[in-house]
Formats: sequence, C-alpha cells, structure tokens
Amino acid sequence: MAAKEFTIPEIQEYIEVPDAPVPDATAHLSPFVAKPVLQEPLGFPGEVGDDWKEQTLDAMGDLLGKYRGLRVFMDICVKCGSCTDKCHYYIGTADPKNMPVARQDLLRRVYRRYFTFAGKFWGALGMPGFVGAADLERGMLDEMYSYYHQCSECRRCSVFCPYGIDTAEITMAAREILARVGIGQKYNNEIIGKVYTIGNNLGLPERALEDTLEGLEEDIEDETGVAVKLPLNVKGADILLITPSADFFAEPHVDGLMGYAKVFHEAGVSWTISSSASEAANFGMFIGSYENMRKISLRIREAALELGVKRIIFGECGHAWRVAYSFLNTLAGPFDFLDQNYPIPQHILDFTLGEIEKGTLNIDKSLNDDMVLTFHDSCNVARASRITDKPGSQFTVPRAVIKAVCNNYVDMDPDTIYEKTFCCGGGGGLLTDDLLELRIKGGLPRMTALQTVTEEYGVTHMAAICAICKSQFTKILPYYGFDMDQIVSVHQLVSSALILTGQVDEDEETESGEEAA
Amino acid sequence: MSLAFAILFYVATLVLVVGVAFKVVQYSKTPVPLKIPTTPAPTTTSGVVMRMFREVVFFESLFISTIWTWIFAWAFHMGLFAVLFRHGRYFHDLLPAVIVGPLKYAAFAMIIGLTGLLVRRIAVNRVRYISAPSDYAMLILLLLIGISGAMMTFASHVDIVGVKEYFHAWMTFDFDNLILPPDTVLRIHLFLVAVLMLIFPISKLLHAPGIFFSPTRNQVDNPREVRHVAEWAEKLE
Repeated sequence: MAAKEFTIPEIQEYIEVPDAPVPDATAHLSPFVAKPVLQEPLGFPGEVGDDWKEQTLDAMGDLLGKYRGLRVFMDICVKCGSCTDKCHYYIGTADPKNMPVARQDLLRRVYRRYFTFAGKFWGALGMPGFVGAADLERGMLDEMYSYYHQCSECRRCSVFCPYGIDTAEITMAAREILARVGIGQKYNNEIIGKVYTIGNNLGLPERALEDTLEGLEEDIEDETGVAVKLPLNVKGADILLITPSADFFAEPHVDGLMGYAKVFHEAGVSWTISSSASEAANFGMFIGSYENMRKISLRIREAALELGVKRIIFGECGHAWRVAYSFLNTLAGPFDFLDQNYPIPQHILDFTLGEIEKGTLNIDKSLNDDMVLTFHDSCNVARASRITDKPGSQFTVPRAVIKAVCNNYVDMDPDTIYEKTFCCGGGGGLLTDDLLELRIKGGLPRMTALQTVTEEYGVTHMAAICAICKSQFTKILPYYGFDMDQIVSVHQLVSSALILTGQVDEDEETESGEEAA
Repeated sequence: MSLAFAILFYVATLVLVVGVAFKVVQYSKTPVPLKIPTTPAPTTTSGVVMRMFREVVFFESLFISTIWTWIFAWAFHMGLFAVLFRHGRYFHDLLPAVIVGPLKYAAFAMIIGLTGLLVRRIAVNRVRYISAPSDYAMLILLLLIGISGAMMTFASHVDIVGVKEYFHAWMTFDFDNLILPPDTVLRIHLFLVAVLMLIFPISKLLHAPGIFFSPTRNQVDNPREVRHVAEWAEKLE
C-alpha cells in the first residue's frame, strides 16, 4: 500500500470546523491488518472465516450483554449533532465519518438492523435505512476497520454529549468485534504480543534494560557529579515504578525518567523498576479487550508481589494512567498487600508535588528561564482520571509542578485545555506510521492553539505527561513549522531545575573548563 | 370510532409501559464492568445525583456544547413537560385553574423549539449528514402533535368536557359511555399521540429513560477507593 500524497493542513487564526463535510476524504486510511501470527497469541482467529456474518453478530450480541454503556449508547443517541464539530479528526480531515455520531453509526446501523424491533421491521420491508439501519455486508467490516482506527478514544465527544455517549466505548467494542472476526490491527497486536513474551511494548529484554539504566546513571553522574541510581528488580524496595517503555530511550521521554530518578533520590526513598513489568502502557484498552487488558495488568500485580514493594507509582503516560487509576483495582486488585496510606496506584506528579511542598527538593526555577512553557492536557488523564483525591487535580497538579520549577508559564485557549483538551492526534493505538496522514491532520487543533500562544506570549515549549503525546508531537511538530524538541516531559523540567544534594555547580564547572582551555 | 380510539390507546399504553419497563430492566441488568465516568466527575453519590440533575433538568453538557441546539431543545422539552402536566386535567381534578390557565402558552415553546430543531437538522450540513428519515419523521410527528393541540386550545375549541368524559370512561373501562367528540383535529391529535407512544420504546426516544443509565454520567469517580468488579468478570478470577 503506497502512501497517498496529501497536503499538510495550514494553521488558521482559529480552529475552524469544516462546515461542508467531504465524504470519503480519509476512506483510504486504514492501518495494516494483523497477520494470523499476531492474532492468535491474543486469543483471536487468524483469518476471516466464511461465517463472518454470524461471528460479527455473535460478538456484538455478547458485548451488548456485557457492557451496559454499549447497550445504552447504541439506543439513546438522538442525532442532535452536538458532537459533530468536536472531534480533532473531523476538524483535520473534513471526512463526515469522523464526526463522532457518524462513526458510532457505522456500528449502530448494524445494531439497529439486527438487535431492535424497528430495524428488523423496516429491514423486512426492505427499507432499513428509514430508521438508520443497514443490512450487514462484508464491505462494511472494512469500512468499520478503517474509521474505528481513525478514532483515538480520547472521549472529547463524550464531554459535550447531552447523554454522555462515549465514542471511545463504541470504538473499543467495534475493534473487539472485528478482532474476534479475524480483523485485528497489526500495530496494537504486535505490541501486546511483545508485552506477553518480553515484558514491554518495545521488546526491550532484561539485559538491554539493565544496560540502558546503567547508561542513564552515568549520564546523570557526568552531568551533576552525583550518583543517582535507577535500580532494576530490587527486592524489598518500597516503591515499584511502572513507566512507559518509551521512557527508557525515546526523546524527550528519557529526560523525564531521569527526572523521576532524581526526585526519588532527593526524597530518599527506595524504589525499583521491574523487568517483567517494565511497561506502563496497556494496549489491551485500545483494542477493547477486557481479557487482554486484564492479563497485561496482572503482570504489575505479580511484579509487586514478587519484589515485595509497598507502593506502586506510575510514570508519565496518558492511557496507562487511565488503566492504572480507573481499572487496575478492578482488573488486578485488591491491593491489600500494599501500604494503604498511599494512593494505589499513585501518579508520579502527585509524588513530586508532595516533595516540592515538603521542601525536600532544592529547586532553582531560573534554570528553566530559557523557556516559556505551556501544557498539553493528555486526553486520558484529563477525561478519565484524577491525580489526587480532588476532582480536577488532573489539571491542577501538572500545572502546579510546572509552575514550581519554571518562571514562565501560560495556558492555551481555554476551549483546548482541561476536559476540553484536544487529542495530540496519535492516541488510542494509532501511533503508527501507516496512519501518518491521519496523525498529522488530527494534530491540527492542538497545533493551532500552540501557534496562537507562540505568537501572543512567545511560548517556546509545550510540556506533556503522556508517552504517546510526546512521541506524536516529536513527529508532527516539524510538519507544522515547529521544532521537534519543543515538546518536553514535565519531569524533564523538574530535572533541569532540580539541584541535587552535593551537585557540582554547573557554572563553576563551565568557568573552570574555560580557564583550563 | 370511539371504540377504535379506545382500543388504540389501550394498546399504545401497554406498549409504552411494557416496552419502557423491558428496556429499563434490560439496562439495569446489563453489567458495567469498568469505571468510566467522564472526568472531572463527582466522588460521592450525592455529587452524582447533582450531576444527573443538572444534566436532566438543564441539559448541562448540551449547554456547554452548542448554545442554539440547547435553546431549541430546552424550549421544546420544557414546553412538552408543561403541556403534559397540563394534560393531567383531562384525567383528574387535582390541578387548580390558576396553574392550568397560563401553562397553555407552553405549547408555543414546544412548537418554536421543535421548529428550530427541524430547521437546524436541515440547514446545518453536518447535522443533515447524520440524519435518517426517522429523525425528521419524529420531529414532524411531535410538531404536528403540538400544532394540532395548540389549535384546539387557541383556534377551533374542542368540546373539552366531552374529551374529559371520554377519557374518564376509558380509564374506568366504562364502554357504554365511550363517546369521543366528533372533532377532526382532536382525532388527528390523538392518533399522532398514540403513534408516539407506540414508537417510544423502539426508537431513540429511549434517551429519556436511557440517560439515567449512562455510565459516563452516573458513575461515582472512586475506582481506587472501592473495588468495582462485574459478575462476568469475577469468573475470570
């Protein structure tokens, strides 16, 4: 499949919603389908059988009986249009099937036809379309595959729906139905397979992980003169850190990881990473599979038990935090063996803000004076979690940490932050190069908001607390005329403002260096 | 004809009550395996009750989203409720005239709201794209109910005492006194209302009971504090 030529959207003064939909504008976008070898380890059939129709309807019936949300959402949409201008993919592509309700309707028309009286009645008369139903045909599965992989499960539409209909739930159900019929997505399935066989999304084996962490320890020591440890598989450590594997080597993620290590070091706590659960991400959520999501979550429980830790802390990752915060207790609990005086699990920002407030960290904010910061709220953190025990702390805690370590901070357009935040364009299992066109176009609203604060306030950098957001922005920023390193980790900012106990003063070192030269 | 309408309304009432009851039981019996409130969400049950109240009474999310849709939708729904409340006087004697009198103007809120929603559905490209014929049909049905009802109140007055006696007989199964006033507008109005009642449990009109079962709105945000496991998921453990 050769990549089709496409134009990069131009940033306008405001976020402009396409008034006239362009049908099939992105009908050609469809990520690679998983080969049998990537389907079977996840418990899905390798190929589409002749009985695809029965299988589709069976899978759908099964999920309708298991998920109240799906059942209710299929029934109650009144087509008010409230969601039609809210999706970043519709704004970026103008394809009407990227309007949340139209995306839902790809599944809903099948539901209407085979699971409701109205659909069966009008279907028998040969007019299923009168009530928004449709006879299931093979081509509809491919269309569903395409458009349910043009949804990043970001839940922005659910904020604005008068009934709270969440397209993410419908996308997850549709992906699971398709996977059960034999049409899984290569990118997600391949990654889940690696988690099962190796322990993380990147397929980084224990030995390589050990080398990486040692390398990072050396980097910190070279820079600061302080021996900060990044421990691996330490039994009896107090804290188990679960972080996205991108933190081990991708930029700017790794700067964030060094930030966590420095904060733990200064706080004087004992902590460890686990090689068997060296991954916070849980792509089981993206494919809508409860069983796979549960299996991936259980690794964390097992690692915590094996290492005998007292607390679990999650690194900067969006969907991982949703699974951790909202689902981990359900999927892998109860965590009665952990210290109940701390949140289970805890977010790294909650920990860091606690240390900042206690005064254990020696912060020199001026070290970040070369930057003017803004913050990109990641969708899963914003719309599917909290950080502390207060609702809304998912917005206030990251900002409080940034403001504690930086002097220059401004927010973007209020319609693009907090629970109204726009997805980076690469979430929900779409962070793959076969969907690059979609990722670039879906980034348009965020890029527009960033452009505005760049012009008005001279913003130089955007911070984020999600591995996918960071990777996605690194990739798409250059297409919009920004530099790829304008996206930073929040703990990268903490790291650069944090002066370690016993740290060699950088300026002195530079001066003496100059003298020597 | 009087008997035909009586039978139609017995059937329609039965379909409405049994149909909605069936859906409500179905919704409440379907498990919710995961905590999925759209956050920020309340952390207490009383907070959730407040959230649902704002959503159901004020259409909070729609207000935040699209102000014109909210204006028309809210006018229509509030008009509808006022009109329905006022219709109580055809079935019982509990409503004092001071309340019933002014409420008749609610019909206009209903008609204006519905017209606005219909115009929006046709005029806004995005909304037209997502509309099925049944979406227009339902708006037109409601609009015709509203207009025919308002006509009887404001233009060609119907024999309202006769209507009241008819429904009293209908409620008490007094088939000897089932005499419907011979008014065409009334018959159109009643027929359309019966159609509305019949399609209610098999259409998107289920949003009325359905919203109370929407997990993104009705769940308490406390997944770390309280372990939440569905019955079918327990079997995996």
